[in-house]
Amino acid sequence: MADRIQLELVSPARLLTSMEADMIVVPGTEGDFAVLPGHMPVVSTLRPGAVDVYSGSTDKPSERFFVAGGFAEVALDTFTVLAETAIPMADLDRSDLEQEITDTREDLEDAKSDEDRQAAEERLSQLEDMLDSLAEFTKV
Amino acid sequence: MANLKALRGRITSVKSTQKITKAMNMVAAAKLRRAQDAVEASRPYAVRMERVIGTLASGMVGRDDGPKLLAGTGNDQKHLVIVATAERGLCGGFNTNIVKAARARIVELQSAGKDVQILCVGRKGRDALRRQYGSLIIETIEFAGVRNIGFEHAQPVAQKVLGMYEDGAFDICHLVYSKFESVLAQVPTVAQLIPAQVADADEIEQPDLDGAVYTYEPDEEDILRALLPRNVAIQIFKAMLENAASEQGARMTAMDNATRNAGDMIDKLTLIYNRQRQAAITTELIEIISGAEAL
Repeated sequence: MADRIQLELVSPARLLTSMEADMIVVPGTEGDFAVLPGHMPVVSTLRPGAVDVYSGSTDKPSERFFVAGGFAEVALDTFTVLAETAIPMADLDRSDLEQEITDTREDLEDAKSDEDRQAAEERLSQLEDMLDSLAEFTKV
Repeated sequence: MANLKALRGRITSVKSTQKITKAMNMVAAAKLRRAQDAVEASRPYAVRMERVIGTLASGMVGRDDGPKLLAGTGNDQKHLVIVATAERGLCGGFNTNIVKAARARIVELQSAGKDVQILCVGRKGRDALRRQYGSLIIETIEFAGVRNIGFEHAQPVAQKVLGMYEDGAFDICHLVYSKFESVLAQVPTVAQLIPAQVADADEIEQPDLDGAVYTYEPDEEDILRALLPRNVAIQIFKAMLENAASEQGARMTAMDNATRNAGDMIDKLTLIYNRQRQAAITTELIEIISGAEAL
């Protein structure tokens, strides 16, 4: 059994990142769970939230990604997260996000067709999820 | 000889055409490389998705209470054909071949007495099918001006298709696109999108788990329900990427041929031009000589 776990973060367009870690915490649909090396094989769907990568110390995540839902697969010592959207938390900026939320709210009000409205609503909830996980991150 | 001037004009115009086709060939080659990289990069996701779905679905096959996207509606009367083509022409037989494959499919379905609807992704497909099947085309989704196809472009198409399926607008959905085999070979392909075609569980490569078994969270059926709509989007995305690569490949070949043809034509025209020039000189000489002799 290896003492580290291989994380692969994959989006439909490309392999986003591939790294080694000591522990990974993911937001499963039925609750967050942590994956350590030697974890039993699991397939789980994800809800929007943060994927925390612990490397070196287990007190503070060394890297954090926002994922907008998807699914994760643990097989032996590889952990694959398949997500449509995954952004490194460090690339998110609070004021930008807030600005975009305001913009999207306006879009929602201006939306003429049902489709536009639905698209704006989805975008809004995604942005709010991002903001929530960012707030949590900055607290750590 | 006024012809000489006309010939010179022809040669210049063919030369500038050759320059254009050559430039297009090089642009297509550069874009092809990028498109191929995109196809390559999208593979890990698709492979894993297929594996998980394949594993889960093998347990569901034959069960009527399974997810609708897998089990189907139980009917096969209403068909939806998604025709994915390029936005632009000048790429050899690329669009024509896709449309031909789509048309064959439509004719086949119609002669079997099925209702057919068409969803066009890409302008060229609509242009080609409009005259014959105008009333069947329910919508055209265009990506004019989109440089690189991203997943965000495939998602609205998938949502539209899934929405229609939920509303019972069709029972079976086929996707017509061009599979990228090589620069020289692009194969028009008809793939069944809904209900999902699942690879045989035995054929799927399973990672070695040391005899351990996957745990599913939430349960298998819920995961499958969450994954199948995603899979539709992925399939469409994959088709669009393959299409993009095929388009550039086809354009590259077509433009290479065009450049070569233009070269041949220039040679031929130059030969005629020189011959006529010689003839003109000879005639002039004969005139001068016979003029001198007459004196």
